[in-house]
Amino acid sequence: MTESNRTVTSHSPLAESVLRESGQNVNLCYQCRKCSAGCPISYAMDYKPAQLIHAIRLGMDDLVFNSKTMWLCASCETCTTRCPQEVDVAKVMDAVKITALRKGIKPAIPEVASFYRAALANIKKCGRMYEVGMIVGLKLRTFDFFKDMAMGMKMFQKGKLKIIPSFTGALTTWKIFRRVKRIEKEMSKGDL
Amino acid sequence: MTAKYAYYPGCSLHSTGSEYDISFRAVCERLGIEIEEIKGWICCGTSPAHCTSRLLSLALPYENLRLAGDMGFTEVVAPCAACFARLKTALHEVNEDPKIAEQVSEALTAPLPESMNVLSPLEVFGNGADWTAAVRRSLSALKVVCYYGCLLTRPSKVMQFDECEYPMTMDNVLRGLGITTLDWSYKTDCCGGALAMTRTDVVLKLTHDLLEQAQIIGANAIAVACPLCHVNLDTRQAEVEQEYGTKYDIPIFYFTELMALAFGLSPDKLGLKKHFISTDALLSGLSEK
Repeated sequence: MTESNRTVTSHSPLAESVLRESGQNVNLCYQCRKCSAGCPISYAMDYKPAQLIHAIRLGMDDLVFNSKTMWLCASCETCTTRCPQEVDVAKVMDAVKITALRKGIKPAIPEVASFYRAALANIKKCGRMYEVGMIVGLKLRTFDFFKDMAMGMKMFQKGKLKIIPSFTGALTTWKIFRRVKRIEKEMSKGDL
Repeated sequence: MTAKYAYYPGCSLHSTGSEYDISFRAVCERLGIEIEEIKGWICCGTSPAHCTSRLLSLALPYENLRLAGDMGFTEVVAPCAACFARLKTALHEVNEDPKIAEQVSEALTAPLPESMNVLSPLEVFGNGADWTAAVRRSLSALKVVCYYGCLLTRPSKVMQFDECEYPMTMDNVLRGLGITTLDWSYKTDCCGGALAMTRTDVVLKLTHDLLEQAQIIGANAIAVACPLCHVNLDTRQAEVEQEYGTKYDIPIFYFTELMALAFGLSPDKLGLKKHFISTDALLSGLSEK
């Protein structure tokens, strides 16, 4: 992690990117740390949610983008619910992930991003989540072939996993994904 | 009861949470609540969508609301807490911001339905109605903690479901059927659902906390309203026990399964055999009224 280009400014481009992406103004934060106290996963994070928000405000892009924090966020929204300034912290986490992915930054927890990709590719192609296909897609991305195998087999035996995808709505999701991509491309042109 | 709802099962209720689908349908049938599955419904996009694209995360659920509108419905019932949250969020964000509404409509190449309401089955069954007359079986041996999880109540501004830190809707529905529910501090704590496939260590820790607390206060069953919570608490319970050297053996029920049991439906017809933690011992002493 480098901190060479650390600039203390009230006009952090990253804070603005978060605002554009999520409508959330991190400059409202007064560091009460209720978000960090309530976060069930803060114990595993390198920076607590309140610290990450402060780093966004300070324009410490490298620290933010290389952090594990947003990738560990489970979107439980405890922070969002308790923030006295009504900052939707979970949405800030989403916005940071979206910005990082768009910039092509390697996630600090790559398997989480792999899971997103595998799941979305699956929804796009199948219309509805086809778990077996998604799990295979995830394993091909993470090379962790034996994880949860015994549990998966038992779920299969209990009839909790389908062998064949339904493909109902597959054409619809494929079209929606394509149109969303086009609209987002047009929007980002406006930003630059 | 004459209400009729469009039913959005979502992906889990067609696979990992099929017991929830079975028991929800059974309860609706018993109570005369009419539901009709949305034709051609698609995945709501769940966490992977909102973590990577705001527009996609709103367009996917909205397509389902649009389909329900085309079928002539104005109310959608979504039992999966994650789907419920995504549908409610889509409604909320589109109502708040006309620019977003325009983009969603463009992504769907269709006008958005004008009035649409999304409900959890807890709201459908728990709207003050008294179901005691339908009770056919005593479940008084059960001491249940109701686990609402994250997504039913949060964020309160969007979900507008009960009291967000200490909800009572599920407790009241079950108590109304003669089932004892206990107070506990972990009703809305997170089980780590979104990380189940990737950071299982986190899920095991959070799930361990929940099971531990349920056991400490003397619960012999946990009731849930979310298929992701069910997977973590039921399917991974043995893994938690192994990791932490503990023993729980606490059956995890969808609250609709408990309702169906109270209404006298046969356990064999509710898919209880699909649970990893057997419910047999707990249910063996059930008495018919």
